[in-house]
Amino acid sequence: MVEHRRFGNLLPHVILLIGVAIVAFPVYLAVIASTHDNAVIANGQMPLYPGSHALETYWNTLVSGTGKTTRQPVGTMMLNSLIMALGIAGGKIAISIISAYAIVFFSFPFRMTAFWTIFITLMLPVEVRIFPTYKITSDLHLLDSYAGLILPLIASATATLLFRQFFMTVPKELVEASKIDGAGPIRFFWDTLLPLSVTNIAALFVILFIYGWNQYLWPLLITTRDDMQTIVIGIKKIIDVKDALTEWQVAMATAVLAMLPPVAVVVLMQRLFVKGLIETEK
Amino acid sequence: MARVALRNVTKIYPGGFQAIKGIDFEVGDGQFCVLVGPSGCGKSTLLRMVAGLETITGGDIDIGGRIVNQVEPADRDIAMVFQNYALYPHMSVYNNMAYGLRNRGMGEAEIKTRVEEAARILELGAMLQRKPGQLSGGQRQRVAMGRAIVRQPKVFLFDEPLSNLDAKLRIAMRVEIRKLQRRLKTTSIYVTHDQLEAMTLADMLVVMNSGQVEQIGNPLDIYQKPATTFVASFIGAPPMNLLPIRSDGIKAQLPGATDGGILGIRPEDFVVSNDAGKGVAFDLTVEAIERVGAETFIYGAREREAQAVTATPGELPSGEVIVRIPGAEAPGIGQRIRAVAPRDRLHLFSADGRKRIDL
Repeated sequence: MVEHRRFGNLLPHVILLIGVAIVAFPVYLAVIASTHDNAVIANGQMPLYPGSHALETYWNTLVSGTGKTTRQPVGTMMLNSLIMALGIAGGKIAISIISAYAIVFFSFPFRMTAFWTIFITLMLPVEVRIFPTYKITSDLHLLDSYAGLILPLIASATATLLFRQFFMTVPKELVEASKIDGAGPIRFFWDTLLPLSVTNIAALFVILFIYGWNQYLWPLLITTRDDMQTIVIGIKKIIDVKDALTEWQVAMATAVLAMLPPVAVVVLMQRLFVKGLIETEK
Repeated sequence: MARVALRNVTKIYPGGFQAIKGIDFEVGDGQFCVLVGPSGCGKSTLLRMVAGLETITGGDIDIGGRIVNQVEPADRDIAMVFQNYALYPHMSVYNNMAYGLRNRGMGEAEIKTRVEEAARILELGAMLQRKPGQLSGGQRQRVAMGRAIVRQPKVFLFDEPLSNLDAKLRIAMRVEIRKLQRRLKTTSIYVTHDQLEAMTLADMLVVMNSGQVEQIGNPLDIYQKPATTFVASFIGAPPMNLLPIRSDGIKAQLPGATDGGILGIRPEDFVVSNDAGKGVAFDLTVEAIERVGAETFIYGAREREAQAVTATPGELPSGEVIVRIPGAEAPGIGQRIRAVAPRDRLHLFSADGRKRIDL
């Protein structure tokens, strides 16, 4: 049977394109705005075509910093954000994979208690426990440090749960075969379990990297020095200026730059990410 | 190569369930021992105890003259083939086989020789670089075998290795396993619930039921002289006819038989004939017929009073007698026939079915 659907396919595509346009337009606007002079944006009649100040704006934003409102170049902020996001994602994965390993493959007293304790912390995100966490961080002299940005955020019930569910689908014969092959618990973890978890790790990494990158409240509280600022806070500070005109072109450039790393992570890890979420074959 | 001896081995689970109730037997050097029994009889548990994957509650397991009760699985010098093969999905066939050797610190050159030798024996040479996911069921099975062979262990342990294969492949692999074992002369213990597999593979057959050994011996001996009604009905397909001896027709035809015993007759020992001769005769109404080509099975009903004993696996409806006749010629359904079993082919058991009485 020959399909006559030349026009039948058109409508769904139109709908999809409209959807894409709605999502993409603000991003486009941000890119355009970052290429114009501030005066053009400030008078309220910003054109929809690119301006001529792109290189200048981005250079100032990223490297030299602008004299007036942003004392630090955005490059520093991006580095801070990157370290924080990588630290959070890596730390969360490392901690939760070994917790899940212990819970699933070993029997020890209060194993289920341990599991439920981890599970209950789902109800205690940073925002809820922010004062005690701040107190501890400050007592440990971790304010204005990468460790202070990362450590309080790396315990993760969600990731532990995800790894637990995955580990429970690993056939127990695989563990037994490893035992007979002379692989102890650590060998089994490195040689078998970790390679099997690669896609799950990748999927989690994408989610957790974006979670880390987007952190706002915690960095706002514990960083006071400008050179420790993350980019999400930086944007806020650039917009919020007193007694001066907001440098919209810089704010927009910062916003565009802030989007790039998460986009890069998603694009680069897309295939593993999708595989990790749907793969069932062990 | 080694002998494996089990001495009064027991297993009690923490809940108090006694899975293995004192088992004694010895597998000679190079012998192929098959543990057979219905599911839940403890055969897999016993094998896993030999492997060291289950702890031993009581008794001793001796592999090659060394008590291994407290020895880790890796140090028992055994290799195991699992039902689902348990291949490492992320490793190539080569690495699957090499993994255990690397963990023992063997040199790469020696590993290569061994893996290639195993691959040659199992005809896996072309697949060494593939992952298990790219192999068929039969090929995965062979890789699992290869992983056992390269270790050159004292004992091979097989846990229902053919259950996941289709019927045709199962028969082919069964023959291959037997040939391989003959060639390598490695002591083997093989668990299965398939009595045909058990009969064809075993040098030594151990029939198990609810954590105990029912009978140990050469498969043909067990077939010809089952020690209990359980063994009689478990070994052989279709199962042996088991009929209670009461004050009915059977007793009259069996001088010397006591009341309350159980008479066993294999379906193939019947002859359809009008001449009772020196044997026991049954008048049956044909209820169903199964033609399999070379032979035909007749399911016949006796008179209402005469009920058959339901043996533990209980495959035979009470009152029914199975008769096997050669060829495809068979009486019609509803017809009355007379089936005669010669006296020297009868099996007699005590009333509880636990003891064989020699006629």
